[in-house]
Amino acid sequence: MTDSNNKWEYAPSLEGTSHIQLKEKYDLFIDGKWIKPSNNRYFDTINPATEEKLAEIAWASEDDVDLAVMAARKAYKEVWSVMKASERAKYIFRIARLMQEHAKELALIETLDGGKPIRESRDIDVPLACNHFFYYAGWADKLQDAFPQRNIQSLGVAGQIIPWNFPLLMAAWKIAPALAAGNTVVLKPAESTSLTALKLAEIIQASGLPAGVVNIVTGNGDTGAAIVNHPDIDKIAFTGSTAVGKLIQKSVVGTSKRVSLELGGKSANIVLEDAPIDQAVEGIVNGIFFNQGHVCCAGSRLYVQESIADEVVRKLKQRMQSLYVGNPLDKNTDIGAINSKEQLGTIEKYINIGINEGADMYQLECEIPSKGFFCRPTIFTNVAQSSVIAQEEIFGPVLTIQTFRTIDEVIQKANNSPYGLAAGVWTDKGSRIFNLTSKLRAGVIWANTYNKFDPASPFGGYKESGFGREGGLHGLEAYLK
Amino acid sequence: MNILKTYKIYIGGQFPRTESGRYYLVKDTNGNPIANVCQSSKKDIRNAVQAARKAFGSWSERSAFNRGQILYRIAEMLDGRKAQFIEELTQQGQGLESAKKEIEMCIDRIVYYAGWCDKYQQILSSVNPVNSSHFNFSVAEPTGVVGILAAQHTGLIGLVSQLMPVIAGGNSAVLIASEQLPFCAITFAEVLETSDVPAGVVNILTGSAEEMLPTLAEHMDVNAIFLSNVHAEMEKNTQLSAIDNLKRVIVKNDEWTQDSTQGISFISSFQEIKTTWHPIEQIGGATSSY
Repeated sequence: MTDSNNKWEYAPSLEGTSHIQLKEKYDLFIDGKWIKPSNNRYFDTINPATEEKLAEIAWASEDDVDLAVMAARKAYKEVWSVMKASERAKYIFRIARLMQEHAKELALIETLDGGKPIRESRDIDVPLACNHFFYYAGWADKLQDAFPQRNIQSLGVAGQIIPWNFPLLMAAWKIAPALAAGNTVVLKPAESTSLTALKLAEIIQASGLPAGVVNIVTGNGDTGAAIVNHPDIDKIAFTGSTAVGKLIQKSVVGTSKRVSLELGGKSANIVLEDAPIDQAVEGIVNGIFFNQGHVCCAGSRLYVQESIADEVVRKLKQRMQSLYVGNPLDKNTDIGAINSKEQLGTIEKYINIGINEGADMYQLECEIPSKGFFCRPTIFTNVAQSSVIAQEEIFGPVLTIQTFRTIDEVIQKANNSPYGLAAGVWTDKGSRIFNLTSKLRAGVIWANTYNKFDPASPFGGYKESGFGREGGLHGLEAYLK
Repeated sequence: MNILKTYKIYIGGQFPRTESGRYYLVKDTNGNPIANVCQSSKKDIRNAVQAARKAFGSWSERSAFNRGQILYRIAEMLDGRKAQFIEELTQQGQGLESAKKEIEMCIDRIVYYAGWCDKYQQILSSVNPVNSSHFNFSVAEPTGVVGILAAQHTGLIGLVSQLMPVIAGGNSAVLIASEQLPFCAITFAEVLETSDVPAGVVNILTGSAEEMLPTLAEHMDVNAIFLSNVHAEMEKNTQLSAIDNLKRVIVKNDEWTQDSTQGISFISSFQEIKTTWHPIEQIGGATSSY
């Protein structure tokens, strides 16, 4: 076992930020133009790794949202719904290409604004976001082929509200299928991570997409509520917490608005005794520490078969010691900054609950920057199934570990959750994989891998993790009659 | 003298009376009493949900072929007891020709969904060409326990049209029958019971929808609700109650007598899409290009 005092030291390898272009102040992107918020209010967006201000962001009021919805309705009626589908496709392809050209800048801004490691923004978030537009662009003129059994139609104006964990990627997941299906969009990014969506607005403006087809309004929960409650919206797409998802669902009851919800999770990652253990340990680390654990499908409940539990936990602890927590702009960094002070508080609250519940905590012994919001990767062993930290979504780098003896036992434990977003299974035996993957009640199952995403791959949950799928052919369904 | 039958309810493969001991009298069009029917309670609903949950796992894991065989068997058994169903519909005031037509339509609809049992998966599923070395596919899986409020204006065709796509897709069901036209619902439970439908897959209760539906809509172990032809207030309240555990609420306001009131969309409304990833090994240089 590696002595933790004998760690490898890395020379910092910082990504330069000199060439990115950020405005001091961002207005609202409505009807193809940049418009000042009606109440002239702005809020600061900061770099969570340094707490330094990056820019000021407009705070959209109800009136501004109304303006955006009107622009989207007009664009829907007069331009987008009557345009030849193959032309629509070409605009979306063009956006994909422009994003690829701005990939480096987008990755840097994503890391500055959200705190995620540059390696992840550069290699995962941004390429996936570009590819999502590229994938759905091609669907625009093939919709009838996707659903030959029915006469498909677009819905109208889609109001879309996205979270702060994958800001640009979530914008892509929302906008691309909506446009391909012939809808127009009013999108609200999360309060703490508006910048890449606003950069995307600049790209969309440069692409020549007709005015009003995509509108981006920034703000807080009130802005989101104004979108949800706007009478001229046909469709709400939301990714975020289960609690807010339920509030949204409540406010649309009695209206004809259609809803798709991608909500929380507490996904089980299951390691069986015949699993390739070193690979599984990598999968556990990727499952829970990817993006600081700010992942709705994070493998936050680890179940290890009793016979290998000691070995897996030992190797996991050893592997954790080589994780590098620090400046997100450093290409060596594995774990960047927690997205906000508020979220850091939530994670710390849960860590304390875990300690008070009597579970055994183990954290990476490492220096963390004195400024900014950082959290050491944390695992808990001796966790009860009924424990709060094993039941509630923490949305941070905190893993609970439980053991099991039989496969029946682990299926029951894994399914014993109001959530059903994802699950992982590690075993070398094919028939066992299919036994587990077919019995786990979750929308995404990773077998001998974890946290993989692709535009062609439908994503979404069972039970209280929401409904509707994003990605793939199934993702079109949320935007079509 | 006629026997005044007491129609019992159907829970977990048994025909108990309502635990509440309450009954209501159904009369013919001349006002003569025909039969006593159970006025089921909230507790009956909870018992039925428990039975449906217990049955769900093994029903959903049966082979699709086997589910198809059982659904087809339901059609056969209904066909064999046609006369009783037609009589019950006419007792409740329906014209003879219309009653005959309705039962024929029910049989056809069951046969139709029997055929879907091992086919909808291929239409709803996909293999997804991901940009990495993984095999990735999406399949349809049943949503779970489905609460059904049968269309109140029909004696059987609404019930059959709502129930069949739900169980064809591997879900289990708790069904509230038409309050005013309840006979066929319970006789249909006898058909189900003699068609190898496993206990608890379908549970049928009679009584007041106003009383029972809220319990079904609030129940944390129900995954979806299927409404038909309810008034706006009841629909709204059901939607609100369903939020607590994010039940899928499907509303289809149909007469259920057209060919358009059947189809794969009635099955897919009660399906979830599951996507599975597995790595594909990439070692050596061998390719498939020979």
